[in-house]
Amino acid sequence: MLDLRASVIAISYIVAAVLFIFGLKQLSSPATARSGNRLAAVGMLLALLATLVDRQILSYGTIGLGMLIGAAMGIYFARTVQMTAMPQMVALFNGMGGATAALVSVAEFLRLSAAGEAIGVGEATSIVLGTAIGAISFTGSIIAFGKLQEILPGKPLQFPLQRPINGLILLAVVALGVAVVMAGGSALLWALFVAALVVGAMFVLPIGGGDMPVVISILNSLTGLAAALTGFVLHNQMLVVAGVLVGASGTLLTLLMSTAMNRSVANVLFGAFGATSSDAAAQTSVVGRTVKQTTPEDTAIALAYARSVVIVPGYGLAVAEAQHTVRELATDLEKRGVNVKYAIHPVAGRMPGHMNVLLAEANVPYDQLLEMDQVNGEFPQTDVVLVVGANDVVNPAARDDPSSPIYGMPILDVDRARNIIVLKRSMGHGFAGIDNALFYHDKTRMLFGDARQSLTQIGQALKAA
Amino acid sequence: MSQELVLGIYVFIMAIFVGFEVISRVPSVLHTPLMSGTNAIHGIVVLGAMLIAGSANTPLLHALGFIAVVFGAANVFGGFVVTDRMLEMFKKREQGASEKKNA
Repeated sequence: MLDLRASVIAISYIVAAVLFIFGLKQLSSPATARSGNRLAAVGMLLALLATLVDRQILSYGTIGLGMLIGAAMGIYFARTVQMTAMPQMVALFNGMGGATAALVSVAEFLRLSAAGEAIGVGEATSIVLGTAIGAISFTGSIIAFGKLQEILPGKPLQFPLQRPINGLILLAVVALGVAVVMAGGSALLWALFVAALVVGAMFVLPIGGGDMPVVISILNSLTGLAAALTGFVLHNQMLVVAGVLVGASGTLLTLLMSTAMNRSVANVLFGAFGATSSDAAAQTSVVGRTVKQTTPEDTAIALAYARSVVIVPGYGLAVAEAQHTVRELATDLEKRGVNVKYAIHPVAGRMPGHMNVLLAEANVPYDQLLEMDQVNGEFPQTDVVLVVGANDVVNPAARDDPSSPIYGMPILDVDRARNIIVLKRSMGHGFAGIDNALFYHDKTRMLFGDARQSLTQIGQALKAA
Repeated sequence: MSQELVLGIYVFIMAIFVGFEVISRVPSVLHTPLMSGTNAIHGIVVLGAMLIAGSANTPLLHALGFIAVVFGAANVFGGFVVTDRMLEMFKKREQGASEKKNA
């Protein structure tokens, strides 16, 4: 039987697990999402307080200091981060969780070994997996952070013999894992930890920026799994439940994102997409055709006299931090009686839901944001489509050209609208490195320049019109 | 295989079903908050870090426990705060319209 103190802890953990489940349930509807997040936070607080009374804890100095520093750091970043930098922020927090899981696994192994306690095969396996997955998630997230923050190049990084070398390191991790389970030994576990750190970095380096929505989802799910495995190590079922919930949500998002790109998860991870598609780009039939340019003034007139306008945001909107400017333009158009909506492609931007967060920051009501399936039927009745920094997700080749590398990817059918205006920095290619037939379409006008500047100019011209 | 491990595996499998059931129909508006909210939840590993840090009896374990607590706490507190900040921004049109009238 458990004594009183242990019972209190156990019951607190059960309540915390229930709060996590309810919190997640509420997170799936916009109206209740905020209270869902708070419910989960209450569960977390309860679990942390309950842990403090655990008999295993003999001194509070290290815990207190660590908590203080960690919490201060986390809250500071969370409060000050720009909404455009949200993908990096999520990646960074995710990496910290992965590191924690790996360190806890290693430390528990060292503690048990030093105490001379026997480590069963089940425990040893959990320790090995928790260490490896946590470490992979840590360095993977850090590399993803570096790419998103543009410290590292966003392009896929490739070098000769990449796959054989990666295969060998992965093999080393597996071999070390088996050795730790069979023979034990903290030196072997440390070696495993280091090898797994290398695997994590190597696995994200060859993946391009546009595939980040899939990568971030996978890393999120891996950290969840690592946390669940730590639950096995510490014999704590609540950790298992919480970790698996995160793993499940990450897996669902991963599948959603790869479906939205019409690519398998394996293809995203091992395809090094942007690098291989350059041959195909040369073959596209649009080479040699010219685009028609337009001016902010003409754009303003086209928008002012439209009945319906659909704005299609892409990563370029985030780069130019133009979400507020686009919202101001939309408000001005609405005052003139124009019906304005936003069309959001599932993989627009660098993480799942990236555009939604940016537009929410600019006070765009979420019921004005249409998903791909809702909006595609409306394009033929749309007078003007304004594409702001999106490229591959509006490329008709994905629908019409079987030789295109993105053929089969569901796209926003903006080419079916009556007029298309594309705001773009230059004629550079999108992430997939392929030409976009939309830009050469008779109905399309290009407005080159920084998205925020162009939108501001359109707004000024609109006031004069 | 110990009884405890078997129980753990049961919990693991049941939680997979609960997770998929609870989350399967999230609208894309909420994909980012869902990710960052679940991100905060996996920060629960910090309690493992607390147990290590609180029972450490060697300098190495103290150091490992300390780093793990710092990372875990940053993950938990940062994750929940940033998610709350994001969700605060999600508004329906009615609210947006009334704001415009007030302005």
